[in-house]
Amino acid sequence: MLETAQAQTDAPSAIALNGVDVAFRLADGGVYTAVKRADLAVADGEFVAIVGPTGCGKSTLLNIAAGLLAPAAGQVDIYGAALPGINRQAGYLFQADALFPWKTALENVAIGLETAGTPQPEARERAFAWLTRVGLGAFGDRYPHMLSGGQRKRVGLAQVLIRDPKILLMDEPFGPLDAQTRQIMGNLLLDLWSADRKAVLFVTHDLEEAIALSDRVVIMSAGPAARIIGDWKVPLSRPRDISEIKAEPEFQTLHRDIWQMLKAEVIKGYAQAEGV
Amino acid sequence: MSRVTLLALQVMVAVVSLMLWQLLTTVPVFGRVLLPPFFFSNPLDVAHQIYIWFATGVIWKHLWVTLIEAVLAFFIGSIGGVLVGFWFARQPRTAAVFDPYVKMANALPRVVLAPIFTLWLGLGIWSKVALGVTLVFFIVFFNVYQGVKEVSPTVLANARMLGMNERQLMRHVYWPSALSWMFSSLHTSVGFAVVGAVVGEYLGAAAGLGYLIQQAEGIFDVAGVFAGMFVLAAFVIVIDTIVTVIEKRLLVWRPVVETRP
Repeated sequence: MLETAQAQTDAPSAIALNGVDVAFRLADGGVYTAVKRADLAVADGEFVAIVGPTGCGKSTLLNIAAGLLAPAAGQVDIYGAALPGINRQAGYLFQADALFPWKTALENVAIGLETAGTPQPEARERAFAWLTRVGLGAFGDRYPHMLSGGQRKRVGLAQVLIRDPKILLMDEPFGPLDAQTRQIMGNLLLDLWSADRKAVLFVTHDLEEAIALSDRVVIMSAGPAARIIGDWKVPLSRPRDISEIKAEPEFQTLHRDIWQMLKAEVIKGYAQAEGV
Repeated sequence: MSRVTLLALQVMVAVVSLMLWQLLTTVPVFGRVLLPPFFFSNPLDVAHQIYIWFATGVIWKHLWVTLIEAVLAFFIGSIGGVLVGFWFARQPRTAAVFDPYVKMANALPRVVLAPIFTLWLGLGIWSKVALGVTLVFFIVFFNVYQGVKEVSPTVLANARMLGMNERQLMRHVYWPSALSWMFSSLHTSVGFAVVGAVVGEYLGAAAGLGYLIQQAEGIFDVAGVFAGMFVLAAFVIVIDTIVTVIEKRLLVWRPVVETRP
């Protein structure tokens, strides 16, 4: 027992951000610091949600972990090795529509395998299997514009997961969907995730969604120079059902505690957004 | 409006216009013919002229020449436009250097180039093809350039995260995006290819629809001029219909924009 605990602490984190600063050069020559000295570790197989007010740089932090953005300062390690460019071990589910509009749903899912050298017939076959898993087996020949918002997110999920990444980065993936669809998608995500427990970094502005899905909730302060100001373990048992878990007393206590902290930041965030 | 009513009304416009034309050129109003037939001919003469062209078969040669010129102009101009558009979009420095010259060349009314092309390439089809190419090239070039530039940053980031290298990005992202912009300007570029051919013929040629119209004009054969115009219009409509069919097949992934009735 002691040994396994030891092994766990020794195993490198899936994602480790150490003292990461993110800064953007502005058009007028100034520098905008979006995130200041962020320290964050996501263990292998852990589901971590980042919550913060609008415009606090949550997505920026994801882009750092994805390797799409280089930090202005600090260190990014993926499984103990410094990240040189695009994070090859990560899959990224974007907030906006990111499917290729000129490819059918099936081609969209298969493309990640085809670019990696899988022969097309095999890639298509596996893509069909994945479409079926997300409940869209009959929609393979549809183009993205023929699908609903929720269906497009399902295709996006299949597109990312078919490559079997060890890390899953999600940027408010269910943000644009209606409340019912969000719950269904959340349950689908937990279902797929429980099959092989990838490390997940999930960005959202919805605290309920964050608690319902994750093992840990990280709170960011309002930007600019946003910092990580809170880190809460979620002691709820798995498997969970998103719509039912919200009724549990433990959920409500945790929600109240975190909300106390978040509320002040949200108000600050609004004040800044309105230029007060 | 139902299809039948619409069609009936459309036919009615043509019938009324033709009848007015016929009446005003043949029947005196208060002792005076309003449209002198010398300048305006009349529908029956024009129809007769068109009939003779098709009955004797002389028109086919001219249609064929114009078609060949337009098709060549379209393909050469498109290939050039795609290559240069891609090149400039991927090499911002090259684009910046050439930018004023591209703008200058595009601002130039292309008709003034016709005499030069005739001098260089003679009276055959190639001087007309060259004129068409200068028109088609810029349309395709600007659209492809835009298409490559305007790839959604999210789609691009997604492609990178899915492990695409530079070559695969080209094939799966930039290329389809550029082509979709090019295809959406297909009607314009095909139209300009025909314009280039006809204007070139009009300014000096030995065959083609433009030549036919210019010849008729030279001998004050107004019926011949109108007949040439009608054949040309029909020719353009046929080509445009073909382009629409091709476009529908190529852009099947695009959402159809619903318009309010």
